[in-house]
Amino acid sequence: MTADALRTEVAAVLPQATLVPEDTVRGEVVVVVEREAAAQTLRTLRDHPTLAFDMLSDLTAVDYVEREPRFAVVYQLYSTRQNHRLRVKVPVPADDPSVPSAVSLWKSANWAERETWDMFGIRFVGHPDLRRILMYPEFEGHPLRKDYPLDRRQPLVPERDPITRPWSPRRTI
Amino acid sequence: MAAGPGSLTPPRFAASDPMSEVMELQMGPSHPASHGTIKFNLRLDGERIVDVDVEIGYLHRGFEKMCEQGTWNHVFPYADRLNYASPLLNNVGFALAVEKLAGISAPERCQYIRVIGGEISRVTDHLTCLGMASSELGAISAAFYMLEAREFLYDLVEALTGARLTVTYCRLGGVMKDLPADMKARTGVALRQVRRVLADCDRLLSRNRIFLDRMSGIGGLSSEEAISWGLTGPLLRACGVAYDVRKAHPYLVYDRMDFAVPTGTRGDCYDRFMVRMAEMEQSMRIIEQALAQIPDGPIMANDPRFVLPPKSEVYGSIEGLMNHFKLVIEGQKVPAGEVYVATEGGNGELGFYLVSDGSGRPYRVRVRPPSFYSMGAVGEMLRGCMLADIIPIFGQINMIGGECDH
Repeated sequence: MTADALRTEVAAVLPQATLVPEDTVRGEVVVVVEREAAAQTLRTLRDHPTLAFDMLSDLTAVDYVEREPRFAVVYQLYSTRQNHRLRVKVPVPADDPSVPSAVSLWKSANWAERETWDMFGIRFVGHPDLRRILMYPEFEGHPLRKDYPLDRRQPLVPERDPITRPWSPRRTI
Repeated sequence: MAAGPGSLTPPRFAASDPMSEVMELQMGPSHPASHGTIKFNLRLDGERIVDVDVEIGYLHRGFEKMCEQGTWNHVFPYADRLNYASPLLNNVGFALAVEKLAGISAPERCQYIRVIGGEISRVTDHLTCLGMASSELGAISAAFYMLEAREFLYDLVEALTGARLTVTYCRLGGVMKDLPADMKARTGVALRQVRRVLADCDRLLSRNRIFLDRMSGIGGLSSEEAISWGLTGPLLRACGVAYDVRKAHPYLVYDRMDFAVPTGTRGDCYDRFMVRMAEMEQSMRIIEQALAQIPDGPIMANDPRFVLPPKSEVYGSIEGLMNHFKLVIEGQKVPAGEVYVATEGGNGELGFYLVSDGSGRPYRVRVRPPSFYSMGAVGEMLRGCMLADIIPIFGQINMIGGECDH
């Protein structure tokens, strides 16, 4: 589907979503969806016969530190059948940084949401195993937030004993 | 001190029956068969894998945080070090994303140069992957042949960029320097040598009984599962889904090239191997076509807002000096906005999601590393396999630490 056709189709299927003006996104198709409607919207986008977004290419967040709401969770969707792309942005406030998890829709959301939690401290409600992925469990803070200083030192971590603190598959932070 | 029979056994193990117990084993993070630092936390029933938790992050270098500290041009050296088996492809991907955000495009000759450099890098990437993967299965002579072939191509990269690995070749709106005068002749010689080596490797491996037994039927995923896990590149094409960004959304001058997208049927390790072998031939065809078609002309866009002036102007005129100074100190003022640009990297869809606030520095640089998502699916591929199957499965993922852990 071409970008214009996709824009029309998305506007028709998702009346609650706001299309971002074309010039700020250089002609790409981007919609903003409120957090309350996010789970239902993503499911519709995946299951709709002509939209058919069967792949979650990427999931990340942006910290607009001076704006309100502060964060935006960004979903890059792709349809292998229809060969079109869509970006969904969900604004997230700083006082309750959480969004519903998309793991039940796309399996690739599993690690992507863990990374976004690790880097931005945004909780994904309903994620089966939300723990840090790039950083170690004892790391303090979330480094990609704009208020995390570049030169911050982390406390030293004592050595882990594999007998007294064995690995467990569902270690939470 | 007389010890009865069995009293030497520590009490921890005395009550348990080793035949029925699930054993926990930590493999890595530094294991001779894993070319990259990665840890598998395994739960084993005998030699069969019951459950696995894959730990990454050992090579995390804060790529995205570092990118926010400098100007847009400062990101190019970091981008080299994402997938260090094919640095030119990362360079080109990032350049295309910033150019889309800035609203400029590179001249035609430069686009051809980027295609040539990128495809050379794709072949080196696949050679690294297949060479290492086959050496881990014991086929070390095939690995040395492939590394030899890679050496011929690294010589080309060196002639083109001046460096073998840390190329930093692309600029906003162009490339650093033009092709060397004898590029066509050199490439012809190098490709002939690479093809000879690949034919040898094909004879050594593709119908080798031991190799087939280790590779076929291992680590397979259905195409629906592969799409759901976000697999792209050779891993997805091995499942039979012909998704290649160069065909699906042609960028640069790929729409003028005649090349096929090889696919597999079963999505197992052997199909992944064969897809990569076939892709190298297609990449070499693209290089030859691009070298035949390449037009003359400039290699940098003419846009003083983003492109550094030539050195003769910097040293010869006050305007050129001021322009240079402003661009280096303040950075290119890329207009506010955001883009997501996907290119076909060595391992799949390499995407850059960029946000600019209109200042000279990137507000947010997000890379979508293909091997991060492939590694996410490894747990699913390994469950139910034998311990020894980790090696071929992990080898065919071609996990590149710099890219996966960014």
